[in-house]
Amino acid sequence: MALLEVNNLKVSFHTRNGVVKAVDDISFSVNRGETLAIVGESGSGKSVTCYSLLDLLPKPPAVIEGGIAKFDNEDLLTCNAERMRQLRGNHIAMIFQDPMTSLNPFLTIGEQLIEPLIYHPDKTQRLSRKTAQVEAIDLLNEVGIINPTSRFNSYPHEFSGGMRQRVMIAMALINKPRLLICDEPTTALDVTIQAQILKLIKQLQKTRDVAVIFISHDLGVVAGIADKVLVMREGKTQDQNTTQEVFYNSTSDYTKKLLSAIPSGAKIKPSGAQQGSPLIAVNQLKTYFKDFSDSKNKLVKAVDDVSFGIQKGEIFGLVGESGSGKSTLGRSILQLAPITAGSVIYSGTDLGALKASQILPWRPKMQMIFQDPYASLNPRMTVYETLAEPLLYHAIANKQTVTKQVQQLMDDVGLARSSALKYPHEFSGGQRQRIAIGRAIASQPEFIVADEPVSALDVTIQAQILELILSLVDKRNLTMLFISHDLSVVRSICDRVAVMQQGKLVELADTEELWARPQMPYTQELLNAIPTADPKN
Amino acid sequence: MQMPSQSSEQHSSLWLDAWIKLRKNRMALFGFTVLLVLCVVSLLTPWIAPYSYETQDLMLGATPPSAAHWLGTDIFGRDMLTRIMYGGRVSLMVGFIATAVALVIGILWGSIAGFVGGRVDAVMMRIVDIMYALPFMIFIVLLMVVFGRNILLLFVAIGAVEWLTMARIVRSQVMALRKQEFVEAAYSMGLSRWAIIRRHIIPNTLGPVIVYTTLTIPSVMLLEAFLSFLGLGIQPPQSSWGLLINYGVETMEEYPWLLIFPGITLSLTLFALNFLGDGLRDALDPRASKD
Repeated sequence: MALLEVNNLKVSFHTRNGVVKAVDDISFSVNRGETLAIVGESGSGKSVTCYSLLDLLPKPPAVIEGGIAKFDNEDLLTCNAERMRQLRGNHIAMIFQDPMTSLNPFLTIGEQLIEPLIYHPDKTQRLSRKTAQVEAIDLLNEVGIINPTSRFNSYPHEFSGGMRQRVMIAMALINKPRLLICDEPTTALDVTIQAQILKLIKQLQKTRDVAVIFISHDLGVVAGIADKVLVMREGKTQDQNTTQEVFYNSTSDYTKKLLSAIPSGAKIKPSGAQQGSPLIAVNQLKTYFKDFSDSKNKLVKAVDDVSFGIQKGEIFGLVGESGSGKSTLGRSILQLAPITAGSVIYSGTDLGALKASQILPWRPKMQMIFQDPYASLNPRMTVYETLAEPLLYHAIANKQTVTKQVQQLMDDVGLARSSALKYPHEFSGGQRQRIAIGRAIASQPEFIVADEPVSALDVTIQAQILELILSLVDKRNLTMLFISHDLSVVRSICDRVAVMQQGKLVELADTEELWARPQMPYTQELLNAIPTADPKN
Repeated sequence: MQMPSQSSEQHSSLWLDAWIKLRKNRMALFGFTVLLVLCVVSLLTPWIAPYSYETQDLMLGATPPSAAHWLGTDIFGRDMLTRIMYGGRVSLMVGFIATAVALVIGILWGSIAGFVGGRVDAVMMRIVDIMYALPFMIFIVLLMVVFGRNILLLFVAIGAVEWLTMARIVRSQVMALRKQEFVEAAYSMGLSRWAIIRRHIIPNTLGPVIVYTTLTIPSVMLLEAFLSFLGLGIQPPQSSWGLLINYGVETMEEYPWLLIFPGITLSLTLFALNFLGDGLRDALDPRASKD
């Protein structure tokens, strides 16, 4: 008898624009000590499936249309609110994606940890503050918090993202649940931290014998942790089998498509990097910020004495964990962040020495693609206006030709011409990124900084956008600085790669050279942390 | 396929779309129609008013509504309908012009302070603080002493007070927007600061600004009544809705119609403003649903 057995679950959303079947006839089961991964793109219904089990969906618009979810022979879908409250936390716990927003910033983590113990709904099970504290500290130790006794009284902002996720895991485990639901627990984390958290979840599952449902959009992450995989698309089951079968013998076309979309291997064809003096030379660049959270106004050395050159026509990769200064470096090169010292020479001109008004004519030559296509487009401008703005502003088009040029741009980035008058919110993430790319190439730049352009996208969409970027670089003879925390993506697209750590450039090599023979221990650590889409590894 | 006309650069389709959406919103359309009727009636009042607004008929005195005087007469025997119509001229003019003054100054001041930031912001906002701290009455009396009594001065005085809050609202909006990636994208596109403010910042502050505007217009109308009541605004026998209500309150028990009819008129205006404001806010936000 499985711990959780879900049969023919159907959930739909009744919206003004009609009924959307979010979950359509899904069945699965999980045993104690077993991990089920539910994989799918955004909008596939994977989160809705799990939220409906815990009655966490907003009703209305959500309606559970049918099905049974037996947890220990008790139907979760029909039990009353009071019983559900007992089940949540005590027997079924959940870990959310964003560890930054799921902790209360005004309470110490210790206080938040012992809360469910000292205010237990069943009064006979309530613990005294002292025993609760001992238990909580034990648990913090178990999830790998160093110095748990002193950290017990720290506030959430004093922890890094990975440590916060560990605290979240401790909170989920405090009442010894039998089922743990993890909703993309590592998506917001760096690759090395992700590897650690995955290892932790796996290890805790063994020692505590809990069942785990692991929701992810990334098959690569799932390979090493799941026993069974359920692949969902548009609310329907696409594939359901043991992990081995899904990865090696799947008959589902969709699963194959997902697997092939995972970036792997080397760049197929090198970009035409030209020899000679570099297009952009960065010399001993330093960008410091004042740290306002520090009472002594200590300087944050976001970019600390970095030098390198980018040849015309090449795609130059920049990798590092969050906080390594890679985004700031990109912005500093474009003069969007103030430089503290050093210089950025762009085909012979020192950009840092130019006044604010002198820099304007250089701007159209150097463009930027941002990470979050939801934030980088003006929500009150149509696609047409967004693309026409740089064309008209820089007099690349006049009023007679602008419509034609906008259409040309939309063709180039793969957007339907008929969607010209739509606003950004009417598009999916991938389409929005196409709009942003169209805007970046509109002013006919020579150089583009792409700051994590595919990190916010699903893996299949990611593959399409990378393809688009490669073809544009090729067709328009662009030079690109490609910033990413995802090393597999960087390998598939970049000619050379620089590794950043704490503001410094620690290693710079040709991409394949770096993969074959990483010199620095930090680079080796990064490379080892890449999740492989292969359950045997 | 339909593409925007060549003049799409001037006629931002945000406004065009907003107009199309607004026309589908019944409540907003109702508000718009009511305001339009009130404005037209006010404009035409000198020609269509049934009586003179100042001629007194003390023999008649206060009479309830009748066939001759649809809304009754006040204690001096003046026709209430006429007085409400003339009062609307003053109230609506004060409401719209003073609010427009506040709107323009507030948006410009707030967006520049919020966008430029740093020392400029500090100085600009300290000026706002000082203006806040000035006792409003002393400020008005000073203006009257220096420039004499003048209806234009009333607009200036009220506008000068109301823009302060508007500037603060806009500034906080702009400070949040300034950090958004689409603004950084506009920077990297090489747009001038003014172009960024005009094209990317201000349109995105419109939601709260419109809501605040619809709240400002009625408060300005009441402020005018308060000033007039103190003898600093318009002078009898001229009238405004606010003044009529003030006098109506005094005689509420004997002659309730003197309060009820101006009260209904003002309330109707406020309702219309709120419906229109809500409709405008939704219409100007492309993310609000289209139906």
